[in-house]
Amino acid sequence: MHEWALAEAVIKAATEIADKEKLKEVAFVEIKIGELQQVERVILSFALKQLRPVRFKKTKFRITRAKTQLKCRACGNTWLFQKQKLDHTIKEAIHFVPEVAHTYIKCPRCGSPDFEITQGRGIWLEQVIGTR
Amino acid sequence: MADPRTSIISQRLASITRIIAVSSGKGGVGKSLVATTLALILFKEGCKVGLFDLDFTSPSTHTILGAKNAQPTEDKGLIPPNINGLDYMSLIYYTNDQPAPLRGTDTSNALIELLAVTRWGQLDYLILDMPPGIGDAVLDLIRFAKCVEFIIVTTPSQLAFETVKKLSSLLKDLEVPIVGVVENMKMDQGDTIRQKTEELGLNFLGGISYDPNVEHAIGNPEALLNTAIAQRTQEIAKMLQTQ
Repeated sequence: MHEWALAEAVIKAATEIADKEKLKEVAFVEIKIGELQQVERVILSFALKQLRPVRFKKTKFRITRAKTQLKCRACGNTWLFQKQKLDHTIKEAIHFVPEVAHTYIKCPRCGSPDFEITQGRGIWLEQVIGTR
Repeated sequence: MADPRTSIISQRLASITRIIAVSSGKGGVGKSLVATTLALILFKEGCKVGLFDLDFTSPSTHTILGAKNAQPTEDKGLIPPNINGLDYMSLIYYTNDQPAPLRGTDTSNALIELLAVTRWGQLDYLILDMPPGIGDAVLDLIRFAKCVEFIIVTTPSQLAFETVKKLSSLLKDLEVPIVGVVENMKMDQGDTIRQKTEELGLNFLGGISYDPNVEHAIGNPEALLNTAIAQRTQEIAKMLQTQ
């Protein structure tokens, strides 16, 4: 469960933000997950609930998925990542380290592996809301 | 708002007594061989050791170790497989030994990802095989691994030593500890690099003579430990352990 490690990171980061904002209780945490990393939303959600400290007891975790947009640096083409086109081993490799996409994915227009992940790479903490 | 991965890295590295980045200003000075041999020797001396290949675009420690078919175990993160006594992590598990053409931002992201999800557990030493130069990996490491110490590898070449000056100057400015300098591929008994190292106020950890036979030990850690290079590295390991 690689998602468990990411959930630990989310709780730690959200706790740091809550400390900085002097929040006594955290009501809402929004997390974005980029399609490229293919994080399992159900497993992430389960891990977040298992790991939550007292201050997060009543927290609602919202996990939203973001489409992955890639932009070729060589020809300027932009396209959306489609995991369906990859075999299982490659999908799993990208799940663990999204940057290895550069090993397996090429620009559909010019064939270059030199592209930018302009949005939807991995996990991102969007907002932490609570009461002081 | 925030990248959550960066918050967990210090916790992932918390049970490691010493993190040693084997680095150089220039490529081709034998860093990977020194890093791998040092890790193997420390393990042989009874330490619990991890080896992490951070040279993502040109990894080679897996070839030196002869690591084949190993994969990290997934258990609340990634547990590195044990190869020849070393908990060994590398991007090659995920690139299937194919090229990884990564730009700076990608290198940074891959490093942060692996630091955030790898569960090293208790280690006496984590040896890092660094890419050459003072780029993203060095800067990220200094940012995220607060207790990192550097060993700088050079050759007798004046060109290589010029880059030692730049790397050591950066590390000094950032108050990052430098264990010392290793002179690799020594062709004679000259003392110039020792003198120049000491002039910089750095420890000279030792010289390793050029050994053409080491090629036969690539992929065979037992054979590697029987080379003259390993004998000299053993002395460097002793110096490291006493510092």
